[in-house]
Order: sequence, then C-alpha cells, then structure tokens
Amino acid sequence: MTHALQIDTISVALQNTPIVHDISLQLAQGDIGCLLGPSGCGKTTLLRAIAGFEPVTQGSIQIAGQLVSKPGSQMPVEKRQVGMVFQDYALFPHLSVEDNIAFGLTGWKAADKLARVQELARMLHIEELLGAYPHRLSGGQQQRVAIARAMAPRPRILLLDEPFASLDVELREDIAREIREVLKQDGITSILVSHNQLEAFAMADEIGVMRAGRLLQWSTAFELYHEPRNAYVADFVGEGVFLPGTVIDTLSVSTELGVLTTHEPIAHKAGDLVSVLIRPDDVIHDDNSKETARVLKKVFRGADFMYSLALPSGAKVLSLVPSHHAHPVGSDIGIKVEMDHLVVFPVD
Amino acid sequence: MTGKTLHSQQGRGRSALVSIIALCLLLSLPIFTVLWSIGADSDGVWQHLADTLLWSYIGQSLTLMTGVGLLVLVLGVVPAWLVTMTRFPGSRVLEWALILPLAMPAYIIAYTYTGMLDVTGPVQGFIRETFDLRFGDYWFPQVRSLGGAIVMLALVLYPYVYLLSRMAFLEQSVCVLEVSRTLGASPWRSFSRVAVPLARPAIVAGLALVLMETLADYGTVQYFGLSTFTTGIFRTWFGMGSSTAAAQLSAVLMLFILVLIVTEQWSRNKARFHHTSSKYSQLHPKRLAGWQSVAAMLFCVLPVLCGFLIPFLQLSWWAWDTRELVNFGDFSNLLYNSLRLALVAALITLVLGLGISYAKRLQPGMPMRTAVRVLSLGYAIPGTVIAVGVLIPFTFFDNTLDGWMRGQFDFSTGLLLSGTLGAVMFAYTVRFLPVSMNTLDAGLGKIKPTMDDVGRSMGLGNWQMLRRVHIPMLRGSLLTAALLVFVDVLKELPATLILRPFNFNTLAIRTYELANQERLTEAAASALMIVLAGIIPVIIISLSISASRPGHDSRIAD
Repeated sequence: MTHALQIDTISVALQNTPIVHDISLQLAQGDIGCLLGPSGCGKTTLLRAIAGFEPVTQGSIQIAGQLVSKPGSQMPVEKRQVGMVFQDYALFPHLSVEDNIAFGLTGWKAADKLARVQELARMLHIEELLGAYPHRLSGGQQQRVAIARAMAPRPRILLLDEPFASLDVELREDIAREIREVLKQDGITSILVSHNQLEAFAMADEIGVMRAGRLLQWSTAFELYHEPRNAYVADFVGEGVFLPGTVIDTLSVSTELGVLTTHEPIAHKAGDLVSVLIRPDDVIHDDNSKETARVLKKVFRGADFMYSLALPSGAKVLSLVPSHHAHPVGSDIGIKVEMDHLVVFPVD
Repeated sequence: MTGKTLHSQQGRGRSALVSIIALCLLLSLPIFTVLWSIGADSDGVWQHLADTLLWSYIGQSLTLMTGVGLLVLVLGVVPAWLVTMTRFPGSRVLEWALILPLAMPAYIIAYTYTGMLDVTGPVQGFIRETFDLRFGDYWFPQVRSLGGAIVMLALVLYPYVYLLSRMAFLEQSVCVLEVSRTLGASPWRSFSRVAVPLARPAIVAGLALVLMETLADYGTVQYFGLSTFTTGIFRTWFGMGSSTAAAQLSAVLMLFILVLIVTEQWSRNKARFHHTSSKYSQLHPKRLAGWQSVAAMLFCVLPVLCGFLIPFLQLSWWAWDTRELVNFGDFSNLLYNSLRLALVAALITLVLGLGISYAKRLQPGMPMRTAVRVLSLGYAIPGTVIAVGVLIPFTFFDNTLDGWMRGQFDFSTGLLLSGTLGAVMFAYTVRFLPVSMNTLDAGLGKIKPTMDDVGRSMGLGNWQMLRRVHIPMLRGSLLTAALLVFVDVLKELPATLILRPFNFNTLAIRTYELANQERLTEAAASALMIVLAGIIPVIIISLSISASRPGHDSRIAD
C-alpha cells in the first residue's frame, strides 16, 4: 500500500551544516503526524525538506507514491501540491480573507471556488470574516485563515510549522483538538511541528520525537508515554524519574522501592544494572504503607499535588497525590508502587 | 522528471545572473570610458591643463566643498536636533518644511537670487532709492562669486544632513540621553557629548551625499563663472575641443567622488551598528519658552525661508509678471518634451529596477549582490561625467560604422547613437536606475520571505509570484520609485545639455538658456514648473519618515 508520505533515510544540510540525519518515517492517508522536539532539533528543517524548500543530501521522500526528493534532484515546491501553514501565518495583506483562501485555487471554476471557500470558512468558523483584511484579524483568526488557505487546494499533504506557537497557552489544546477535527473531516494528511507535547497529544495520530537532527521514536502518543524506546524520549514525554535497579530475571527488577514486576519480558539478563522509569502515577500515596519517603517539594495543581519525594537512599521520585492529602514539606509519607509494565534502560 | 525541473530552475537563475551582469557592464560604459581615458593621448591638452587650469579646478572645487560642508552642518544638524528634541511654536510644521529646499534645484535658486540681488535687481534698487545712492556708493555682496555659490548650494543641499541626522536622533534610544541627564549633563552637554557623537555616522553619510551633489553641480558654478571640475570638463571639451582631456579631467573628479562613496558607505555601515539599546520609549520633547523658543524658531525658519520660500515667491512673481511673454505653443512643447523624457526614464528604470531587485531576492548570492552594488554607484557619478562617458563611445561607434559603411557601400549611416534621445535615455538609466532599484529593494525587503514560501507551496512559479504577490504588495514602492526618477529627470541639467539632439529643449534646458541670456524673469515659468514637480518627492519623503518612526505602527507591509 502506498503511504501518503514515505521518508526513507533522509539527511538534510543547511549551508553545508548537516541538520537532519538519516530519518525514516511513514504516514498513512488521512493521518496526522507530529514532529516533536526542543528548538534546534531539526524538526522545522525536516518539514521544509518535505515541502521542498530544502534539498535532501541523502535518502528519498515520496508523496503519494511519487518520488519528490532525492540527492541532486528536487521537485520544485510549487509542483508538489503540498500546503503549508507558517508560524507567522504570512497572510497576504493586500487580499481579503476570501481572496487569501481562494489564492491557491487557480484554474477552478468560480462556483467551485466559492463553494470550497465557504466550506472551509464554515468548518473553521470564519464565515463572518470573509470580507475583512488580515490586519484587522486577531492572532487566532489569522491562524484559521492561514489553515483554510493552505487546505483550500486539497494538498496531498498539509504541513503546519508551530501552528499554535503564537496563541494563548490556555487555548492551544482546545484549538489543536478543534483543528484536528477539521483536518479529519476534510481527510487531509498532515504533519505539524511542535515543541509542546500536550499540543502533539491533542492533535496527532503519530508522533516523532526528535533530538539533534535524529528521529528517536515514531509512534502513537500512548506508546511514546508508556513504551518510550530510550531514556531521552522517556524524559522528554511526560514526567518521571529514573531509579537504579538490578535485573533479577526478564520479568522482575529489584529496586529501592522493592521488586518491580512486569508482564512483558525485558531485554536484559539477570544481574544487569538498569534504570527503571518511574512515572508520577506509578507511585501511590498510602498512609498505611510501611515504605516511606520524605517530601522535598510539592506543587499544587488543583485536583492533585505533584510531590517530589526523597527515598531513604536519597534517590528522588515523583508522586501524583489527590490534593486533600496535604503533607508539609520535610514530613515522611507512606508510598507504594503500582506498575503493570516496566520501562528499563541500561545504565549509561 | 524531477531532475529536469531542477535543472531548468537553476538554469533560469543563472541566465538572470548573466543578464544582470551584462546590464552591469553596459551601464558601466561611462566609467570604463573615463578609466580608459587615463591612458589615452590627448595631444598635449592634458599637459596644458595640468600646467594652467587644473589646480584652479581642484582649488575652487575644494573651497566650494569645504564651504558647503561647513554650512550644511550648521543648517542641517542644529534644526534636526531642535525639531526632534524640543517643541516651540511652529516646530511641527518645520519638521517637514525643513525638507522643502530639496525641491529647489541649485541652479534655479542661483538664478533667482542673482535676479533679486544683482545691481539691477529689486533689492539693490530699493536700497538706492531709499537712501538716494548710486551704484558704487555702497557695499553689497556679490552673488555671483565663490561665496555666493557656497551659500546657494548649502541652502538647497542641507536637507540631506537634516534628514539623516534627524533620523539618527529619532532612533537614538531616549534612555541613553536620559542616562546622560541623570549623570548631571546639561541639555547642551547631552547634545554635544552624547547625541551628536552617536549620530556622527549618519551626519557624515549625509555630508558625503551633499559633497557628491556639490561636485556634480554644473548649473550654479557655470552661471557664477567659477572654475570647478564640471565647468572645466565642459570647457575642455567644447572650448579646447579635446574629448580625451575632458574624460581625463572626469577621471580626476571620479577620484574625489570615490573617496566620498567610500566615506558614505563606511559611515552607513557604522550607523547601523550604533544602537546599544533597541528599546524605544516615547520621545518627550522639551517645551521651550521665552527667548529660547524664539531663537529656536528663527534658526529653523531661516533655512526654509531662504532655501525655499523667498525664491519660490520670487519665481511665482516673475512668472506672473512675464505671463504675456510666454509663448504658449513653445512652452507646451517644452513641457511635453520634459514629461516625455521623465516618463520614459521612469518606466525604464522601474522595469529594470524591479527585475534586478527581484532577481536579487531569488538569487541572493555574492555575485548578485556585487552586481547590484556596482549598479547602485551610478547615482554618485556626476551627470557631466556620465555625459562625457556616453558621448565618447557613442560617437566612436557612429563614426566607425559610418566610415566603414562609406568605404564598403558608399553609404553614410550618419549619427545613429550620439545626439539621439536614446543616448539621453541611456545616461538617465545609468544615473537614476539606483534610485528606483534601491526604493524597490527596500520595499521587497519588507515583504517577509514566508510570503514567497506560501506562494510556492500554492504552486506559483517565479513570474506568477511576482505578478500575484510581490507587485500588488509593492504598489506603494513602485509609485514612489517612478515618481522619484520622474522628478530627478525633470531637474537634470548637464547630461541633457550635452547629449540632447540638436534643438531639443526641455524645461531645465530652457531655464538654463534664458538665465544665461540674462533673461532671468522669463526663465521663471519653466523654473517654477520644475520646483513644483520637485515638491512631490519631498512629500513622499516626509510621509515615509513619519511612517517609519520607531513605535509608529505601520500595519500594511509596504
């Protein structure tokens, strides 16, 4: 089956400096992908390579089965039929919202054009803005227009570069979810770039965590959180700490919190020293537990507290505790561990 | 298939570069000619010049430059500081009125003041009548002198210094000035120890522009009978009949210009990195009162009065007075010729300028930037030099072709290039292309590169992008560029004078001819037309300044 997007072992360099190394990934028709990583990790460069703004130095990119990039040969951007939403939205100031959205619909019949513009305006709730000019719009409205403009010609892939970066933090997740619905409704395969995991979780089917130009893992949000493939991903996605442990057998590891067991075998042999990922939701506060830890710090988050706890050895763990359990900093509280699978990495 | 499209795109980029380099070489023809002349033989004319007049050319030019330079510093920097940092009656109006003398070509103000202040003029007449004196009984300054030329040129050129230093004062972080005040410096001390040193690169850049214009001036020095480079070039060619020596003299002049170009570029670069703080707080101009406000007002009103208002009113009066002498058919012919030249030149430079600045946007590499830099220098070359540099090769081409055709086919081709409007237009392109190119380049620079990316991702090629994205967004800059060139051409004198076809007259030429026949009052009508047209760029400049002030919200990208 042909993927909407197939990237095979590509590398990209900017001004002879390698930025993206040896990345492969696929995206199925209609799926939404997200490239997640800190700034400078190469995610935007990868996005621009897919769009065709940057040439690849190795590997190949195929869009809907058509080869568009390989070393020394790039299909020009304007021939690729990709849509792109830019971080600054880049709406044309001399055109009304309606003309902005219809900009890419060259060669369409007037009636089809109008229908498409209205369809998008309805989906994105910007019907009343069609006659306005970009400088009168708020940031959120500009973003919707930019998305509508990029979606209008039904691109084979829609690329979104940090689409929520200039919106209010509180709105981002809601808007991300709403935009996801719109994209799904229109059936457009999309890739967005983000440094915010909550945005990524809210929007994407598949997420790739990038670091220093490499793609560390490409999988669903659930897998990223629960089955991170390496320590960096485990640390970057969600919260948690690593606790040293010794492998007893492929199903159990001995740690300061006792022997932790798993259903799925781990790829280590008995006696190996490992780091075990402990998520805050793995550590349960229980006043009756004999095991105790000292409260180092607590952060009130409304429904719960995020406690930073010190085990007797000095090792730290995090625990998510319902907010009516308010223990003072410095006190010892009872804890127990509840995990159904283990994420372990070799000690560096 | 993908490979093919790739190559064709690269190929297009390369052919754009090649054609721009070709254009660069073509437009450098006058410079090459002048350079070539250095090694050429002038049959002893150069030796004769070096023995006699050359030093007087250099001496008078240097004196002129020194005088004009000092005067424009006073007339430019002080009012710029006053209208930026203080408030006094009329200061708002003076902010832009101080640019008005820019509308007045130096030769026109020179004719006007000569007409007013000469022995036969109204001022001396009034003195003689009032005090019952006769000519010779009293002392009166001679307008047609080196000193007179210095004042005339300074009165119309100081706005360059005013504009650039005012820009620098506006951009200076107020914090820096306030710090100096908190450290106990008086306002005068903050001005002389902080503000002026910070603005120095901008002031020097403005000064360099003024001095370039001073060296390029022909109309004023010719009318005042001075021996400077430009008049020397004319005399050497048309008086001594040596085009080679004229070109050699041009080469010496270009040496002076070169020093100024380097100074100007160097100061501009320095000015760019001269701001330590990028935070702008609202300027809080100090309100002046009492004698201070009167003094400030006088200081700022004087340049406007002498550089624009008085000559403008005098010209209007003369034009009204001589309205019956003006032959309507004759005048409309002049107007038609001037407008025709200005319009065609504006269009040519607009198309070329747009092409070049767009090509530079698409291919921002080293070779393209260098080519653009070379093309920008045309504006620094005096019209006289361009004319010499155009006429020599064109005449050579015509004579060679004519001689060959006569020899081969017994058929005379006559003059194909020299003495045609084509030659005039070529010179205008060399001199004024930078004006439109720089305006459009600045306009394009304000269009964010993501706009191009959007256009590309929507399937637009280069040409469609220019048509659908850039040209609509550049509308303001296109109009500005065309207007600036249009007005510059209307004012242009020396190149037109040398290169025009026989009996072809423009407003500027007619003004020059009438003035030289001592028919100053009759020249007023054409002169007034030129001044009125000259007000257009002044308006553009003052609008663009108020729009670019830090903290000022300019919403639309052009």
